[in-house]
Amino acid sequence: MESAVLLDVQGLRKSFPRPDGGELLVLDDVNLRVADGEIVGLLGRSGSGKSTLLRLIAGLSRPAGGAVSYLGKRVEGPPPGVAIVFQSFALFPWLTVLQNVEIGLEALGLPAAAIRQRALAAIDLIGLDGFESAYPRELSGGMRQRVGFARALVVHPNILLLDEPFSALDVLTAETVRTDFLDLWQEGKLPIKGVVLVTHNIEEAVQMCDRVLLFSTNPGRIIGEIVIDLPQPRDRLDPMFTALVDRIYVAMTARQEQPQRRPTRMGMDRLPGTGIDTILPEVSTNLVSGLLERLAAAPYSGRADLPDFASALHMEVDDLFPIAETLQMLRFVEVEGGDIKLTEDGTDFASAETDVRKHLFGRNLLAHVPLAGHIRRVLDERAHHTAPKGRFLDELEDHMTPDVAEQTLRAVTSWARYGEAFAYDDHNQTFSLENPA
Amino acid sequence: MTRRASTLIAVQPRRPPFGVWDAVAIVLILGALVILAEAARGVALPLGALDETPISLDPGNLPGYAARTALRMITALALSLLFTFTYATLAARSRRAEQVLVPLLDILQSVPILGFISVTIVFFMSLAPGRVLGAEFAAVFAIFTSQAWNMAFSFYQSLRTVPDDLVEASRCFRFGAWMRFWRLDVPFAMPALVWNMMMSMSGGWFFVVASEAITVGDTTVTLPGIGSYIALAIAQRDLVAIGWAIGAMLVVIAIFDQLMFRPLVAWADKFRFDQGTGAPPPTSWVLSMVRGSRLVRMAAAPVAAAMRWSYRLSPKGGGAVAGRERTTAQSSLGDRVFTAVVLVAVAVAIWQIVRYVLAGVPLSEIATALLLGLATMTRVFVLIAIASLIWVPIGIKIGLAPRLARIVQPIAQFLAAFPANLLFPIAVSGIVAFRLDPNIWLSPLMILGTQWYILFNVIAGATTIPGELRDVATNLRVRGWLWWRKVALPAVFPFYVTGAITASGGSWNASIVAEVATWGNDRLEAAGLGSYIARATEAGDYHRVVLGIAVMSAFVVIINRVFWRPLYLWAERKFRLG
Repeated sequence: MESAVLLDVQGLRKSFPRPDGGELLVLDDVNLRVADGEIVGLLGRSGSGKSTLLRLIAGLSRPAGGAVSYLGKRVEGPPPGVAIVFQSFALFPWLTVLQNVEIGLEALGLPAAAIRQRALAAIDLIGLDGFESAYPRELSGGMRQRVGFARALVVHPNILLLDEPFSALDVLTAETVRTDFLDLWQEGKLPIKGVVLVTHNIEEAVQMCDRVLLFSTNPGRIIGEIVIDLPQPRDRLDPMFTALVDRIYVAMTARQEQPQRRPTRMGMDRLPGTGIDTILPEVSTNLVSGLLERLAAAPYSGRADLPDFASALHMEVDDLFPIAETLQMLRFVEVEGGDIKLTEDGTDFASAETDVRKHLFGRNLLAHVPLAGHIRRVLDERAHHTAPKGRFLDELEDHMTPDVAEQTLRAVTSWARYGEAFAYDDHNQTFSLENPA
Repeated sequence: MTRRASTLIAVQPRRPPFGVWDAVAIVLILGALVILAEAARGVALPLGALDETPISLDPGNLPGYAARTALRMITALALSLLFTFTYATLAARSRRAEQVLVPLLDILQSVPILGFISVTIVFFMSLAPGRVLGAEFAAVFAIFTSQAWNMAFSFYQSLRTVPDDLVEASRCFRFGAWMRFWRLDVPFAMPALVWNMMMSMSGGWFFVVASEAITVGDTTVTLPGIGSYIALAIAQRDLVAIGWAIGAMLVVIAIFDQLMFRPLVAWADKFRFDQGTGAPPPTSWVLSMVRGSRLVRMAAAPVAAAMRWSYRLSPKGGGAVAGRERTTAQSSLGDRVFTAVVLVAVAVAIWQIVRYVLAGVPLSEIATALLLGLATMTRVFVLIAIASLIWVPIGIKIGLAPRLARIVQPIAQFLAAFPANLLFPIAVSGIVAFRLDPNIWLSPLMILGTQWYILFNVIAGATTIPGELRDVATNLRVRGWLWWRKVALPAVFPFYVTGAITASGGSWNASIVAEVATWGNDRLEAAGLGSYIARATEAGDYHRVVLGIAVMSAFVVIINRVFWRPLYLWAERKFRLG
C-alpha cells in the first residue's frame, strides 16, 4: 500500500500576508493521501481553500508550512506528471483545438511527429474528432471542457487535478461530460493513475469519488472523510446514493460544540454573527424573501430537508449555504441536522407586506448582525451622523483580506439599505443616517 | 490512426503548384528588397554627399524621398517593438524594476522630444563620424521616441492583465519563460499592441518632418526624405511643392495601411480575448495572400520549427514558484535598500541637471521659463476646451449613426496621422496678411494635429452606448439639453477624458514647432515655452534647451498627476457602463 501512494500531503498550511503585516490563514493542518487508482473529492464551500489546496498540490504556489510530496519527492514547483483541468477551461483562445492540445507536448520538447500523433489520439479518445481546426470561441462550453480534458490527458499525467471542471457547464452538459469521463476511467482507457476532484456539488462528489474529504471554511480544514464504496456506474436514485448525499449534508451543517480558537469563522458549525469581524456573504434581499416564502408555503410549511430543498430550488451548496447562513444569522431560520426551519420572525416575514418586511429585516439586522449594529452606533454617536467608509474598512481589514472586507461591507450596506437601517453614498464613500428626501 | 491521417489530408483543398498569391508575394518581396538596397547605399555615403546632391523640389524625386522616409519609420517601429518587448517585460516580471521603470516611462512620455533632437544628434553623429549613418541614427531615434512609449505601456498593461487561469495553465504544462513569452504573453497583448503601433505610426509623421532637416547652431543636416522636401518647400514658399508633399504622404500612409496595418489588424483579431462575436472580423487582401501562398508557408515553416526548437533550449518552467509571491517580511529590508539607492540616483541626476543649467543660464531665467510654461499651459487648456466644445457634440452625433461612424472613424485617424506642420504655411500667410496677433493666432496650430484624438475617442464612446439605454431615453421623452446632460455626455465621458489626455500631451510637444512658424522669410513667434526651446535649439544653446525641456516635462508630469489622472479615475468609477 505504501508504495502505491501517488500523493502525500502532510500538515499543510497556507496563509496570505495582510496589509497590516499580519497573516491570514486560509488552509490549516491539511493531511491527505491519494493512492493508485483513486478518485479523491475535496468538498467544501467557496472560501474553504480547496482550490488553494489544489494549486499547492500542482506546485503553483508555496505552502506556509507542511509539505506536499508526489511519488515520494517533495513538490517545489509544477512537477511533471501533474495536470490540471480548470473550471474556466483556460484554453488559449488564439489556438485551435489541435494546437491547444499540442501545446503541452511542445513544452515537453517532443519531436513534431510524435506531438501530432499523441494529440490526435487524445482528441480521438475524448470525442473531439472533427473539431481539430475549430477555435475555442466556436465551441460550446461542453466541447471546450473536453478540450481542457484532452489537453491535460495528452501529457500522460500520473495525477489529474480537476478544479470544479463541470461547474461552468449547464446541468445536462455537465452530466454528459462527467459520465463520459467516468466511463473512460472505469474502462482503464485514461493514461492516469489518480484523480483529485475539487467540487462544491455534493451529488457530483458522491457520483465520482471513492473518497470525499469535507472542508470547513475560514480557515480551510478537513472536518470529515466519507468513503463511498458504491459500484460504478452509480445511480442517483439509488437509496444508498441519496443516503450518502444526506449524510454529507448533515456533516456539513453540523454544529461543532467545541469552542473555536479564533472568532473569525462564520459557519453553521456555531452560532454565527457574534463579532463585527464576521465575514458576510453578498446575499440579495430578493433571494432572502424568495427563500422564506418558498419555505413557508406548501409542501414545506416552514420546515424542509436541506438536500431536497436545494434540489427543488436548483441550488448547490455554494448557492444555498450562504443564504441559509444569512437567514440563520438574522434569526429567520434555524438549521439543524440537515433540516432548515422557519422561526417565528421568519414566519412573520414570509406573510408580511413589503413595508413590514423591511422593518422586520432592519430590526433583526441591527440586533443580530454586529457589524450593522456597530455602524449604526457610530452614526448615532456622531453629531453630524455620518462616517467614512474607510473607517469601517480599516477595522475589518484587521481580520480579513481587503477584498473580503470590501465584500462584507458591500453585503451589510445592501442589507442596511433594504432594512433602512442606515444609508450609504458611494460618491463620497460615507455612511449616514439620512436617506435622500 | 491511419484513417485519421488520410481524412486530414483530404480536407486540404487541392492547389496548383504555383498560385496567383505566390506571384503577388514575389512581387512584393522583390519590391521591398530593391527599396532596401537603394536606401542602404544612401546610408553608407559620407556626409559630404548630402551637399553634392541637395534636396530638390522636383516631384520626380518624391518617390525616392518617400521610400527613405518610410524606411526610417519602419526601422524606428522595429526598434520600438524591441524596446517594448524588453522594457515592458522587465517591468512586468520584476517588482523592483517595475518601481523604477514604470514612473520612468511616465516621465519619458512627457519629455518633449522635439526639443531633444538637437541634444541627441550630436551624440549620434559621433557614433558614425562623417557618415550619413550618424544623422540617420538621430532621425530614427527621434521617430523612435515618438513611437516607443505608448507601445511599451500597452504591452506592460497587457502583461499585468494576462488571465490567471492561462498563467496557471502554462505553468502547469511547464512552459519555459521564453516559451511563455511567445505563446502566452505576446499573443495576449497583440490586439492592443497592434492598435498602439498604428497610433505610434500616426504620431511618428509629425516627427519625421521635424527630424530630417535638423539645424543645430551652425550645422545643418538635411537627409533625403519627405520631411526635408517640406522644409525646403516652406523655405522657398513653394505651395505647389507642398501640395506634392501632401500627395506623397497620402500615398505612403495608404500603402502602410494596406500592406502593414490592415493585415496586422485582421491577423491580430484572432488574439482577441473576449470571445463574443460582434462586428464582422476585419479582412485584408495581404493577409489572404500570406495565408494563401504556398511560398510564404514554405518560408514560414523553418521559422516555426526554429521557434519550437528554441523553446526546448530555454530553461524549463516550473523550477521555482512565481517571483511575485513572496512574504512581506522577507523582502522589506531589501526594498528599503533598493528605494534608498533609487532616491540617491534621482537626487544625483537632478543635481547634475541643475548644475548644468546654471552653468549657462542665470538663476532668474528659471522664473522666466516657468512663466513661459504658464503661457503655454493656458494655450493648451483653452485649446482643449475649444476643441472639446466643437468635437464632443459632433463625435456623439457621429457615433450614434453607425454607418456614418464607420466612414468618419478612419478619416479621423488619418487626420491624426497628418502632420499639422504642413498647414503652417497657410496659417502664417494668413496671420501676416491680416496683421493678427501671433500670441493668439499661432496657438490653434498646436492642436491642429491632436484634436482628432478627442473626436475619435468620443465617436468610439458613443458607439458603445447600449441601444436599450437610448431607447429608454426616447421612451421617457428625454430630449434636448436634458438628453445631453443625463445620457450622452456621461456615457462618453471616460472616452473623452482618454482622448483629451492624448490631445493635451501632444499639444505640449507640438508647441515647440507651433509657437514659431516660418514661411519663407516671414517668421512669427508666440511667447511660450515652446518658442523658448525652439529658439535655444536654433542658437545651439544647450543650457537653455535643457532648462526648457526640464520645465516642460515638469509641467506635463504635474498636470497629468494632479489633473488628468484623478479626472480619469473619477470618470472610470462614476460613468463606466456595465
